[in-house]
Amino acid sequence: MKAVVVIFPGSNRERDICAALALVTGREPTRVWHRDAAMPESNLIVLPGGFAYGDYLRCGAMAAHSPVMREVRDRAANGTPVLGICNGFQILTEAGMLPGALLPNRSLRFTCRDVHLRVENNQTIFTCGYEAGQAMRVPVAHHDGNYTADADTLDRLEDRGLVAFRYCEPDGGLTEAGNFNGAARAIAGIFNDSRTVLGLMPHLENAVDPLLGGTDGRAFFEGLVGALQ
Amino acid sequence: MRGGSNVTPALAAEHGLTEAEFDRAVAILGRTPNLTELGIFAAMWSEHCSYKSSKIWLKTLPTTGPRVICGPGENAGVIDIGDGDAIVFKIESHNHPSFIEPYQGAATGVGGILRDVFTMGARPIAILDSLRFGSPDHPRTRHLIAGVVSGIGGYGNCVGVPTVGGECEFHPSYDGNILVNAMCVGIAKADRIFYSAAAGPGNPVIYVGAKTGRDGIHGATMASAEFRSDAGEKRPTVQVGDPFTEKLLIEACLELMEGDAIVAIQDMGAAGLTSSSVEMAGKGGLGIELDLDRVPLRETGMSPYEIMLSESQERMLMILRPGSEAEARRIFAKWELDFAVIGRVTETGRLVLRMNGEIAADILVEPLVTAAPVYQRPWRRRDPEPEIDPVTLPDRDSFECLRRLLASPTLASKRWIWEQYDHLVMGNTVKRPGGDAAVVRLSTGGKALALATDCTPRYCRADPVRGGAQAVAESWRNLTAVGAEPLALTDNMNFGNPERPEIMGEFVGAIEGMREACRALDYPVVSGNVSLYNETNGNAILPAPVIGGVGLVANVRNAVDLALKRGGDTLILIGETRGRLGCSLYLREIEGSEAGPAPPVDLAAERRNGDFVRNMIRAGHVAACHDLSDGGLLVGVAEMAITGGRGVALDAAPLGLPRNAYFFGEDQARYIVETADPGTVIEAARAAGVSAYAIGTVGGVALTLPGAGAISVDALRAANEAWLPDYMAQV
Repeated sequence: MKAVVVIFPGSNRERDICAALALVTGREPTRVWHRDAAMPESNLIVLPGGFAYGDYLRCGAMAAHSPVMREVRDRAANGTPVLGICNGFQILTEAGMLPGALLPNRSLRFTCRDVHLRVENNQTIFTCGYEAGQAMRVPVAHHDGNYTADADTLDRLEDRGLVAFRYCEPDGGLTEAGNFNGAARAIAGIFNDSRTVLGLMPHLENAVDPLLGGTDGRAFFEGLVGALQ
Repeated sequence: MRGGSNVTPALAAEHGLTEAEFDRAVAILGRTPNLTELGIFAAMWSEHCSYKSSKIWLKTLPTTGPRVICGPGENAGVIDIGDGDAIVFKIESHNHPSFIEPYQGAATGVGGILRDVFTMGARPIAILDSLRFGSPDHPRTRHLIAGVVSGIGGYGNCVGVPTVGGECEFHPSYDGNILVNAMCVGIAKADRIFYSAAAGPGNPVIYVGAKTGRDGIHGATMASAEFRSDAGEKRPTVQVGDPFTEKLLIEACLELMEGDAIVAIQDMGAAGLTSSSVEMAGKGGLGIELDLDRVPLRETGMSPYEIMLSESQERMLMILRPGSEAEARRIFAKWELDFAVIGRVTETGRLVLRMNGEIAADILVEPLVTAAPVYQRPWRRRDPEPEIDPVTLPDRDSFECLRRLLASPTLASKRWIWEQYDHLVMGNTVKRPGGDAAVVRLSTGGKALALATDCTPRYCRADPVRGGAQAVAESWRNLTAVGAEPLALTDNMNFGNPERPEIMGEFVGAIEGMREACRALDYPVVSGNVSLYNETNGNAILPAPVIGGVGLVANVRNAVDLALKRGGDTLILIGETRGRLGCSLYLREIEGSEAGPAPPVDLAAERRNGDFVRNMIRAGHVAACHDLSDGGLLVGVAEMAITGGRGVALDAAPLGLPRNAYFFGEDQARYIVETADPGTVIEAARAAGVSAYAIGTVGGVALTLPGAGAISVDALRAANEAWLPDYMAQV
């Protein structure tokens, strides 16, 4: 599998995703600077976490207008899978490649901790490594991860199976407390209509090594790599 | 030259120079300085830049060892960890700005310490923060905590360096002077360390990073309106941080450092362009000429004085090899940072500044650096406090005291703080915040670093010598408790006004204690920072020589933490317990007294017990380990139980000692280890001459004690976790 990780000024979790992909594929992804003239051919494009352009206007807003995003949009339209993690998810919503927006957390504080996620749809290239309804423990690290969209959009996401993950209790139950950042319908990640673009807030790439506190994210990358090979 | 005639001794005094210091400046110049030159002398001879009160004492600390590549004097200390790798680290205070403007003060503190580390060629891999606030009842405390914590997080999270540890405590002596000390740790190749000494007359001097503005000019002592009545405004003296620019600066500098373009590099910290250019020239024994018209400016109409004394953030000064400017310019353009050739290295030994076709300053560098004043300030020790006899204290319910202690501000969980810091980015955090030391994996050789910050200021007030030794010993112990070999430390000396003999006595005593402990534990000081004058209306802070420790875990898989692991395991207490309650948290929180002497520190026992514990961890006999410090034995057991979610059946306290002196005394050199093999551990301890005996068995969901009933681990956790979020939620 050939993966490309797009680096914006201010991206800061590119090492983490590259390490996770290298662990599973045995091969280091290609890093592409946002102003590089050409993006190499690949079968996965990753927009990593961080604070692109300092997130000074609005999280992801300036990166969404970076020249490289035209290429990302074109490749996605032609079917290349795109994965946006945390700041990458924010960029995808700002770029209009995914619906909705990410508001500040309910606490109004940056939050770095382990949370529990429930897999809502495992019939996709991204989530095929999990059972449907499976709960997992993975870290989050964000200030603006409170997903929001209008009711029609939320209904459509749910009706079409475009919700990837929800925040939940350790046993998979949906509760107010389990939805730690207050996201609409506890949504932690969503697909586009073709389920080839995924945006999610949690850092599954930081949950692939038992030394670092958990391996529940590993099935995500193994499933994805298996589906793309 | 312009502006030379209007500088008077009175104006010099406003800049913080004494009459004798001003006379010395005049003698060096052979004339009266102009305003810009006065500003440069005042900055370079300030306590902050010259260490004039502390220098003679700092020199007495051990700073060498087989691992030390670079000790104090550069931007940060450097130690060798083998396999061609070096660790670069330093701690620095941002106390005063954080009190005035907590968010920006703390944020720029983080930014400054990051620059000190990557200036030397290291990629920053961890941040720690040692925080001390006033009484929770003080009206400003909540606001200060909220601002400082979000400032640290706002900066560290954005630059993408994990904040993995630190400490936070409270005492009314910090009501008017909070302490915000930030430590940064980076990794570099041992043969690719970058230093600050200028070299090569004719080489270009380069300015990179953010533009220069009028922020932070000359700290709190200056009223610039007196010199610039046309501007008529007094800018805030606290700088504003831009972590996004810092992130770009890190990447650009490290990219340039992969080649051989850089001859010398220095960040622009306190006193900005002044201290960076003077220090580079001084260390190289050379001169520097700067053309101030070429400095990238954020505002128009800035004077040479303002340009030289601005403390705008995210700026660096470099000296490049001739012919490498184009390559360097390309890299900084890629990262969209300012890059300007602003001068050159000279053989004259003079700092010459030009602006608008005039010479704005001309100072011989060598005396500016070496003739800086050094003071042997008078000092005096306080009388020692009488011992506390625990028999005279009321007998109280041990578990109720434990619950109250765990809910006290100093011992309460600081999760509310560290969950606001990204402690996982970079994907190497093996042991997260909340334990004795954070453990961060290195990419090569299966190794990891253990990192911690420590100080017990109440001990330092009662007995500065013991307090200084205890801070070093506790740091060494915390690294040992995760299985690491302590390698070296960085110190942040936070004290009151050194012109008062009793404060200077605290400083001198703390240094003496630190010196003894560093020697006994082979734990040298490789970098540090001094923050004096932390007092308000004559009320000084509890003295805080904060120790930032770095240890090496040879095999990351052997690192342990404090969480209890298995029902049926035995808890073994390592080290001797005398039940010393002087200066203890028990005395303060339960009896409302801060009396008594600090506990003595037996450095031979520290060494013996610590080496034993480390050997047991490495041999695989230890499932969990915790060092005993604030709150003593029962607090230590409870923290292990809370973290592991398991109970402990404690054995009865030994006879001959009041129960609560045994449970809450703060005797030093002690650890608790959890083991499945108590026989082996106790036998090995006996052979090593180490006191060790079983104190209980892991199991159940409560702490139990014969004759004292039980208290559930959930109740203890609730008490421990609730205090800080509840406090911060009050309006």
